[in-house]
Amino acid sequence: MTPRITFAISARVLRQLRHDPRTVVLLIVVPSLLVVLLRYVFDGRPQTFDLVGPGLVGLFPLISMFLVGSITVLRERTSGTLERLLTMPLGKLDILLGYGIAFAGFAAIQATVVSVVAFGVLGLDVAGSAWAVGALAIGNALLGMALGLLLSAFAASEFQAVQFMPAFVLPQLLLCGLFVARDQMAPALDLLAGALPLTYAYDSLHRLAVDGTLGARGTLDVVVLAGAIALALALGAATLRRRTA
Amino acid sequence: MTEGQFSAIAIEDLAVRRGGRDVVRVPRLTVPRGRVTGLMGPSGCGKTTLMRAIVGVQRIARGRIDVLGAPAGSAPLRARVGYMTQAPSVYADLTVRENLRFYARVLGAGDERVDAVVAAVKVPDRKGQLVRDLSGGERARVSLAAVLLGEPELLVLDEPTVGLDPLLRIELWNLFARLARGGATLLVSSHSLEEARHCDDLLLLRDGEVLVEDSPDGLRRRTGHDNLEDAFVAVVSEREAVPA
Repeated sequence: MTPRITFAISARVLRQLRHDPRTVVLLIVVPSLLVVLLRYVFDGRPQTFDLVGPGLVGLFPLISMFLVGSITVLRERTSGTLERLLTMPLGKLDILLGYGIAFAGFAAIQATVVSVVAFGVLGLDVAGSAWAVGALAIGNALLGMALGLLLSAFAASEFQAVQFMPAFVLPQLLLCGLFVARDQMAPALDLLAGALPLTYAYDSLHRLAVDGTLGARGTLDVVVLAGAIALALALGAATLRRRTA
Repeated sequence: MTEGQFSAIAIEDLAVRRGGRDVVRVPRLTVPRGRVTGLMGPSGCGKTTLMRAIVGVQRIARGRIDVLGAPAGSAPLRARVGYMTQAPSVYADLTVRENLRFYARVLGAGDERVDAVVAAVKVPDRKGQLVRDLSGGERARVSLAAVLLGEPELLVLDEPTVGLDPLLRIELWNLFARLARGGATLLVSSHSLEEARHCDDLLLLRDGEVLVEDSPDGLRRRTGHDNLEDAFVAVVSEREAVPA
């Protein structure tokens, strides 16, 4: 791994985004608009907004970075640029970290904007620190990117990549405990939820919103999340093959 | 002493299998250093597969390929071999300069190399224009420029002149000759036999096998045809008349 190359890749990914201002605006504005929508959907039940708000603020970056990550990497795979990069003197880690740094940076902006809107403008109230929610949001964005990178290996077209969102992320969102507490689900689903990374992403946000601190359980969530990011990146690295059929 | 020290590429008993059959079979082949070798043949004959095997991105069924004295695809070769794929492997949503500066940083080349290759390949350099708005031939030149950035010892170029106007094509062949005089080895593929005359050596590939390994003059002498296209036809029909 070479820092010069890692940062060259990060800078390039961000430059590609910069040439697509409409996507940038959508990525930054849409989460905030959705939180505004949510605030007024729960107009008569502000305590419910306080309960689900932090979960959504923290999970939006995961969803959008999953999509952006999977499509950017898919383009890299199908355009031949990935093959060219892999014939050059660089490590696969340069590619993974390069993408990671770029998306974490972008997610930081996204999380800041949505946090300012949610906590500052809409008066979303969490027991814990809003900064901690923001930090978790960035971590979740990395998880989304790592999953997107991994799944892009299984998509032959952008149509397929987009379908991985409802196929892969939506079920996790339904099972993570955001809509229904896990102990009220069918036992098999509760068990399944325990094997899905989004469950831990949501649970850590939920601890902050309700208990005010991560506590032992929330800390474990964060450890599991870090492990899930590392595992997804390692599996993703295995899909970056220098030699193909 | 291995053959790799004298030749840029040495292949022994190579086979690439796809769909249950050998799509490329090369019992023995060497490509000399410091020359422009043309890999000629119709599309679908295995030129790209053979080039990919030499660069080390193609999974091979058996055989041994030595490139610049090291096994093809081994890590130390990555800085010494430049590969231009047939499809222009550049970022469509970046400008020409942004593409080249990115590859230059990856290869550890300075910005002055970017200026040098832009001039050498006559890359369109209109400010702010994205690569996706360029024509196919222009994109191919950006892709070629990116390969030249790192000044590799071996250049493997897959159809670099396809779709270019004749004048530009001649200029590129002149550039290849200059690079070879400077010590680089070039393996350049083309499906257009009229380009064969620009090469120092020729490899004619047909159905995954090398039919001819000769210089243009040697081939002319051997077949009695001045026109290289006629010479190729003569070799192919002579071979196919005799059942194997």
